[in-house]
Amino acid sequence: MLASRTLRLTAIGTVAGLFSGLFGVGGGVVIVPLLVLWLGFGEREATGTSLAAIAVIAAAATVVHGAYGNVHVSEGMFVGLPAVAGVIAGTQLQQRISTRAISLIFAAMLVVVAIHLLLP
Amino acid sequence: MIEALLIGLAAGVIAGLLGVGGGALFVPALTIGLGLSQLDAEATSLLAIIPVALVGAWRQHANANVDVRVGLALGAVAALGATGGVVLANAVPERALEVGFALLILFVAAQLVRRALSDGPGSTLSAADRS
Repeated sequence: MLASRTLRLTAIGTVAGLFSGLFGVGGGVVIVPLLVLWLGFGEREATGTSLAAIAVIAAAATVVHGAYGNVHVSEGMFVGLPAVAGVIAGTQLQQRISTRAISLIFAAMLVVVAIHLLLP
Repeated sequence: MIEALLIGLAAGVIAGLLGVGGGALFVPALTIGLGLSQLDAEATSLLAIIPVALVGAWRQHANANVDVRVGLALGAVAALGATGGVVLANAVPERALEVGFALLILFVAAQLVRRALSDGPGSTLSAADRS
């Protein structure tokens, strides 16, 4: 059981890392469902644990991308730092408003962006 | 610079509201909003994710939702995977990155729709959980 848990964590970490480095995302989209399915985490515990992992993953991936000269530092900080304030505000708002409509609007936005990317 | 600040703020609010954060938002914001290439937007997105994930993890830790040992173990293993991913991202044509990223955000969109339709209002995760 211990060995299988270690193997599962290794598999989750490897796949999440590949996704993160390849696509510029944190990897939570991989980590959260697999922690729930494979390791029996609750959803909140999975998401919290995923965030801790993501901080490490994003830092490592940023360093490697930096070595290739791909990181625009000022743009990254100008987007990332206000995002911290936005996250805190969004979390507060979440307690008061229905997020269903926002989820659907945002999903539609993502579909539009995806189509925009897929069309040559 | 003003655009970047507004994009970041808006991305953060959506991340906090929906528990979907980071890359799915930052990458298109950086390409469409600031005109970066897909590759540079992905690299820059990863930098922007760091403070969001740190603050999110800190807040979740205060709520006892973080298994620190598992998180760090995952992070350490994933750091190796991420290095491979970055090397791959730099080796493949940018068009392949765009198509792969498009498929990834379609998957995120499908998850959002599924969750919105199956859950009641308000049953979302907290801050940037999926970043």
